[in-house]
Amino acid sequence: MAVLMADAVQHNIRERRKGLLPLLKKVQETDGYLSRETVRLISRKLRVSENDIYGVATFYPQFRFQPPGKHHIQVCLGNACHVGGAPNFMMAMKIEKNLRHGETTPDRKFSLEGVGCLGCCAMAPVIVVNNEVHGRMNRVTFMRLVESLDPPEKPS
Amino acid sequence: MNVRQPKPRPVPAGDKKAAAPKTLILVCESTACASSKSAEIRAALEEEVVRLGLTDRIEVGFTGCHGFCQRGPIVVVEPEGIFYCQVKPDDANEIAESHLAGGEPVKRLFYRHPVTKEAVPRYEDIVFYKNQQRLILRNCGAVNPEKIEDFEDRGGYRALEKVVTSMTPEQVVEEVKRSGLRGRGGAGFPTWYKWDVCRRQPGVEKYVICNANESSPGAFMDRSLLEADPHTVIEGLAILGYAVGAFRGFIYCRAEYSLAAKRARTAVEQAYKKTYLGTKVLGSKFHFEVEVFEGGGTFVSGEETALLSSLEGSRSMPRSRPPFPAVKGLWGKPTIIDNIKTLACVPSIVSRGADWFASIGTPGSPGTAVFALTGKIANSGIAEVPMGTPLSTLIYEIGGGIPSKKSLKAVQVGGPSGGFLPGGKIEIPLDFDSLQAAGSIMGSSGIMVMDEDTCMVDAARTFLSFVQSESCGKCVACRVGTRHIVGLLDKIAAGQGTEEDLVKLEKLGRIVQNSSLCGLGQTAPIPVLTALKYFRSEFIAHVVDKRCPAAVCRELVTFRILPDRCTGCQMCVKVCPTKAISGPRSQAHNLDQSKCIKCRACYEVCKFDAVAGEAIVIVS
Repeated sequence: MAVLMADAVQHNIRERRKGLLPLLKKVQETDGYLSRETVRLISRKLRVSENDIYGVATFYPQFRFQPPGKHHIQVCLGNACHVGGAPNFMMAMKIEKNLRHGETTPDRKFSLEGVGCLGCCAMAPVIVVNNEVHGRMNRVTFMRLVESLDPPEKPS
Repeated sequence: MNVRQPKPRPVPAGDKKAAAPKTLILVCESTACASSKSAEIRAALEEEVVRLGLTDRIEVGFTGCHGFCQRGPIVVVEPEGIFYCQVKPDDANEIAESHLAGGEPVKRLFYRHPVTKEAVPRYEDIVFYKNQQRLILRNCGAVNPEKIEDFEDRGGYRALEKVVTSMTPEQVVEEVKRSGLRGRGGAGFPTWYKWDVCRRQPGVEKYVICNANESSPGAFMDRSLLEADPHTVIEGLAILGYAVGAFRGFIYCRAEYSLAAKRARTAVEQAYKKTYLGTKVLGSKFHFEVEVFEGGGTFVSGEETALLSSLEGSRSMPRSRPPFPAVKGLWGKPTIIDNIKTLACVPSIVSRGADWFASIGTPGSPGTAVFALTGKIANSGIAEVPMGTPLSTLIYEIGGGIPSKKSLKAVQVGGPSGGFLPGGKIEIPLDFDSLQAAGSIMGSSGIMVMDEDTCMVDAARTFLSFVQSESCGKCVACRVGTRHIVGLLDKIAAGQGTEEDLVKLEKLGRIVQNSSLCGLGQTAPIPVLTALKYFRSEFIAHVVDKRCPAAVCRELVTFRILPDRCTGCQMCVKVCPTKAISGPRSQAHNLDQSKCIKCRACYEVCKFDAVAGEAIVIVS
């Protein structure tokens, strides 16, 4: 009997722990990032230490700990996109908006992220803005896209 | 089939006889095509069909990936097999009026041969498809991935039925053994062997996992397969579960592929409803459950033991083997992890027989292989060919050759940790053993084509920095070794390298290869080592002459404006962040080399803007 009980307890612990990654992912989808408070909450709920959660969350590049900007720009840096000139987009953002990988502009309008392959290599280079995929970009179309997201206010 | 039904079942694409009454117009809705607004195209087509009153003889549907994403969005009209590419939502009107109502296909949207420019109207006549043999991807682009009936019409789940009703687990393993199926994940390990080991393990708690964690840049067939044909994967997984005696299976999908995960979940739900999964699979005693798990999106998670850690909710770091997962895997229980493409082969092996499968491909590597063609190639996309097909066939026939009259310089086979093959070696047959002999690997089966504008030092550096950033950091060889390799390559690319560094690179590469814990580290230095082997002269040019022959490495090139081509449009003046370019409108501009930071802004603007005349060149 005791053995069965131990098995059941172990099973519960496993399932709880297995739920960690999907839960973190869900939280990030709704909140946009993992705040300290939510991590604490998850820690209490799943009975996994905060330390452990940060250990796991920081390992995976998909998790953010800062709120993203209004327009979240992801630049695919996979091989095909790299060959197609994707690093220039990162450079352009640095020059134009002083924005680097993982950063958000002070006015919270833009955030930039360089990501691994998005699996649209036939359309390289690929940019994702607010979860919308834009393929076959070049620097000119990229900068136009960025400007169209935040049109400069017209003098009235 | 009753045409008056409100929602009649679509005719399967391959079934030409029954297709007479209804025309199907199918829009591809995979990630790549969806990014070019394929959902809007479908909506527009639906609207047009209703407007023209054609609803009783034309049905608008959607499919998964056709593999020819470069030409997306793709619209196919069945049963004629007319193939439209690069369709825009505005074209819906023309397609509906001219083709659907008038019977006259729209020539403007046909695929054009990259060299002859000849219009090819029919699906099967396109060179990209003509030379393929589709076995793993047999349903991709032919079925609606969210409709289990489509899949059943094409013989889906029959193999599972055969297995649970008339075969013992031993017979299933034996059948796979006779087929000679090897793992499609890259290493080419005999699939049956793992299955047999796992089957013999005592205990009732066993797990099976489908590895669809495809994080390797330049490869996208796993995404495309899961998006287009999730039921084949589920069927394969269920057969595997039956063969080894597992009752629980997982589909480990990469986090970035949200559409693939969504489609897989829908498919699993449908399979439960039809009792292909659940407590009594098809009325037998076999109990099998499937869960879709979205991973963390790291490259290393594709390594089987790292995948297990990730599934257990920890950092995905590999473990040392033995014990192998087939003996001690998920939560210490026997576990089989098979690549999604391996599992997609299984249903056809069961239903069509091991001998049929073994007759395809080469004796050492039977079956077909799926390759993702990317880079500087006319037709990029996913192609499936029998094992042993020469690389040149894939590049020049299916791929249509190198665009813009450039010449082929190198081909990288096997994703970011695959080796470079020089242009002269492309006659090599693509199978596990030949690739290994040439110093490359099957890996993720990504094929990256590079033309003369590619610098091999830069290419090696790109791949190594990718692997370095994806290294999980568990073992020293990989964590520190890859960092040093990238450092040395940076030094060479900056023109500060010495010949001694090349020797160091080779030595370090071999150390990392031999002493890393998992496949990631063991294959990481392959790009550098093969680049050094086949393109040594280019490295010498960087370290001795301090020049980059392909004019790529930033520190070794200069930007020039060709005065006779400059239209004086001032586009470059506007974008230059350091004000290095000056000049009045309509006159040739000047570039001050001392101020130039080589950011390429002017070059790209000049190249892509309509007014400018490609006047800015990069010279080494």
